[in-house]
Amino acid sequence: MISYFPKYVEAFWLTVRIGWLGIFLSIVLGIVSAFTIYFRIPVLSRITGAYVEIFRNTPLLVQLFFLYFGIPKLGLSVSAETCGIVGMGLLGGSYMAEAFRSSLGAIPKLQKESAEALGMTSFQAFFRVILPEAWILSIPAVVANVIFLLKETSVFSAISLMDLMFTAKDLIGLYYDTTEALFMLVVFYIIMLVPVSAAGSILEKRARYKMFGE
Amino acid sequence: MEAILDIRGIRKNYEDLVVLDHLDMQVKSGEVVVIVGPSGCGKSTLLRCINALERIDDGEVVLDGKVINPQDKQLSKVREKIGMVFQSYELFPHKTVLQNLVLAPVIVKKMDRKEAEKEALRLLERVGLLSKQNNYPRQLSGGQKQRVAIVRALMMNPEILLLDEITAALDPEMVREVLEVVLDLAKEGRTMIIVTHELSFAKAVADRVVFIDGGRIIEEGEPGDFFEHPKTERLKKFLHSFAYE
Repeated sequence: MISYFPKYVEAFWLTVRIGWLGIFLSIVLGIVSAFTIYFRIPVLSRITGAYVEIFRNTPLLVQLFFLYFGIPKLGLSVSAETCGIVGMGLLGGSYMAEAFRSSLGAIPKLQKESAEALGMTSFQAFFRVILPEAWILSIPAVVANVIFLLKETSVFSAISLMDLMFTAKDLIGLYYDTTEALFMLVVFYIIMLVPVSAAGSILEKRARYKMFGE
Repeated sequence: MEAILDIRGIRKNYEDLVVLDHLDMQVKSGEVVVIVGPSGCGKSTLLRCINALERIDDGEVVLDGKVINPQDKQLSKVREKIGMVFQSYELFPHKTVLQNLVLAPVIVKKMDRKEAEKEALRLLERVGLLSKQNNYPRQLSGGQKQRVAIVRALMMNPEILLLDEITAALDPEMVREVLEVVLDLAKEGRTMIIVTHELSFAKAVADRVVFIDGGRIIEEGEPGDFFEHPKTERLKKFLHSFAYE
């Protein structure tokens, strides 16, 4: 068991790196998409709307295959790692977009009006009132998405990225040591995810305290 | 005294429904005008048209001799001069009472934060809520929220204050604490337009009471005459609907 350990540690860091880069990309994409939809920006909102529907309704595995095997057909070479990050970013972006868009939509119109009645421009009302409130509302969904996406990294093994899942399968294939390999797999996923969900609950509690109390 | 607010023939439709029908009204500086009327008569819409939260289909609203134009890039400048308090308070739930009060003065008027806080605390003390400065809105009762909302509007030192059914969502025992603040403001000489269903309050606070029905002014007068000797049948009927004897 000890001899597997370094392999898992290596796979762990690869998974964490790709996972978090993908999540970062997904948050950026999510914010941009949610804004275009919320502000009903002509043309762009249609495009992001279609993007959200397509990526939310197809499996990550299929999306990764499209990127990994499809992009080289266009004459571009991309590494498996880039595919993983972009794939995760695109899938996550569609989920994050929904989380941000629905929270923005949940802020009553009267909040904007009361800010504007105080002399704020619509720009100030959005950034000082609507957005901070929407952010607090969206935290539970964002945290859930982050955890979901980190678990989705297990699909990366399908495009030959040596993540945790790939390593476990590899070791099982080599040594037929199924129990130990799977046990280590579970342990490393837990190590990866428990701190995230703990941090998520703290963040959630702190931010939501203002608006909702304990 | 010259009118600081002049509403000239404003008309507002929602599709086929006429909400305001060529309505005229003037408000002088220091005057307290109370608007009463049945639900859906256009009272709240009138207030929302004054600070351009609602577009008008015809006519104009003139404040200080300047026409309020909803397309104006400087609309926010005009709105600084018009305070508004809503039925549902509309405090900012992610900010404490003090933060609610200083936000607009600091970012709109570019007031020094310390100055703004000093002013906020002075006004909070006046409405008896000094101890609540660091609470969040969810920790306040309805009456307390509404008093904070009034103070928030006062923080911009508006020339005219619009109060839109500010006690309609409150429990009866909280109505009084809010209305006393308003009475106090009236004594101080604030110019106000108040939409309310509290007729006894209207009697106490108003310089002039206006009865609106079907988007038009049906009758207006100083409170004594208005309530004791209504002239029109519609107003008589309306006032009668509040009596139980």
